[in-house]
Amino acid sequence: MKKRKRWLTGYAFISLWLFGLLAFTLLPMLYSFYISLTEWDFIGTPRFIGLRNYKQIFKDQTARIALINTAYYTVFSVPLRLILALIAALMLSKPYKGSNGMRVLFYMPGIISGVAISAVWSRLFDPFYGGFNDILARFGIPGQAWLSDVHLAMPSIILMNLMYIGTPMVVFIAAVKGVPTELYEVALLDGASPWKRFIHITVPMISPILFYNLIMQIIQSFQVFTNVYIMTNGGPANATMVFVLYLYQSAFQYLRMGYGSALAWVLFAIILILTLLVFRTSGWVYFEGKEEK
Amino acid sequence: MGRKRKRFLVKIVWYVSVLLMAVIFIMPIYWMVLMSFKPISEMYVVPTPWFPRPPFQISNYIEAWTQYPFPTYFKNTVTVVALATLGNVMSSSVTAFGFARIKFPGRNFLFVVLISTMMLPYQVKIIPLFLLYKSIGWLNSLWPLIVPAFFAAASPFFVFLMRQFFLSIPEELADAARIDGCGYFNIYLRIFLPLTKPAMVTVALFSFMDNWNDFFMPLIYINSNQYKTLSLGLAGMTGQYVSEWHIIMAASVITVLPCVIVFLLAQKHFVEGIAASGIKG
Repeated sequence: MKKRKRWLTGYAFISLWLFGLLAFTLLPMLYSFYISLTEWDFIGTPRFIGLRNYKQIFKDQTARIALINTAYYTVFSVPLRLILALIAALMLSKPYKGSNGMRVLFYMPGIISGVAISAVWSRLFDPFYGGFNDILARFGIPGQAWLSDVHLAMPSIILMNLMYIGTPMVVFIAAVKGVPTELYEVALLDGASPWKRFIHITVPMISPILFYNLIMQIIQSFQVFTNVYIMTNGGPANATMVFVLYLYQSAFQYLRMGYGSALAWVLFAIILILTLLVFRTSGWVYFEGKEEK
Repeated sequence: MGRKRKRFLVKIVWYVSVLLMAVIFIMPIYWMVLMSFKPISEMYVVPTPWFPRPPFQISNYIEAWTQYPFPTYFKNTVTVVALATLGNVMSSSVTAFGFARIKFPGRNFLFVVLISTMMLPYQVKIIPLFLLYKSIGWLNSLWPLIVPAFFAAASPFFVFLMRQFFLSIPEELADAARIDGCGYFNIYLRIFLPLTKPAMVTVALFSFMDNWNDFFMPLIYINSNQYKTLSLGLAGMTGQYVSEWHIIMAASVITVLPCVIVFLLAQKHFVEGIAASGIKG
């Protein structure tokens, strides 16, 4: 009897979340899958068309461009962001005076509204009066039309996003500081160079965190939206058309609810597959006896 | 001598490179503030004036505040942030206690479900949620931005973070209370809740930042000026044919400033919260 009461109490405590899970996640997902099998302009009634939306995605030129662009963004953005975050973390985990204050400064860009940041960068990238070209000009480099150049628009977006690495950096700092100092001391006795110490001690010891950051960055970069929406809206000539932007346009501008839902499920499937792939290739991750996470 | 000198050199290199990186990171923010005080004529000057010089035009701020419905945007944002944060803190704490401290059948399975929902892209739910909110008349209101928080549905990550914290509290405390005849609810309220204040502060801060800066949800659910948030309102000012850059920059500063202030005041909790949980997208 007492057991039964405890069970009920347990469920009572998580009941809010359970309701939320059903109302705001599971049922919407089921419904979304159903919509993805229909053709629906949102005004009339949904017409069941089976898997035709999904087949359509494979034939749709823009969907393919959006997917390629998102992959392009991810392939460059994720490694660069991780390397930069790791370098910053290595620097800031040195016990020098001022490193805590610098940590705050480095993290700061990350707390700033994506819309405001995008507005600022639109202006920085302005071909005539932007600060970016001005800096280049001072080094004798000719100015570019960054966001309105088909070849430079996506690199520009990747470049600006390199500044917003506060979260992976802070996670890295905690990991780097957690490496037992004895390991370094022993290596020093053996005369290991700083680079060797980094490769053979730091990297293996923080590999679970590296792994975690990698997965989170991949998931995030596949959902890139705000910067692109504000700065280029997918242009020029679809050069920055990313997947979520295309999903948004399909569903909420062209009112193709069924097609938009199918796109959402494809996005979900891609993220899931990538995450599983990273998990499958995680042989390089060094999990210490019992990991807490 | 040689060693000492080498150490000194390393330190110099460290300071120079850290400062250089900091300058690059802060540059866009600096530029935003700089531009927000300039008259429109200085928006179109070559070479770019990088250092503050008069005139300083404070009227940009007044114009942003009065020519656009910024007081309304501000009020909406504050409302959403305050209520959603309250909801997030309450719901994540209660749920986390259930997961961390009470044994019941299905608990582990449900927790795995919760972890998996952390990885779920929001875009998968956006269309059905849009339809749901439309059918119950919540489109063009602040409800879609507030209500999910009260059901721990806004961010399962908060439950995860809270649970970690509850797990770190020794069981003996609960045992003592149980001997005194306290039920789970009393144990939660009287013993655990006061001890988890630091975790609650962390959740509140994350929730504040997430909600203050959120753009995707307001973009989908809201289109009348009356209910726009700062991010959405600011986005409406930027567009392809913008000329009033000085006003936009002032508006950006208005949008960003409360976040920066809260961050600077609470940065310790913030950075520690991320490091402690090891997680935060």
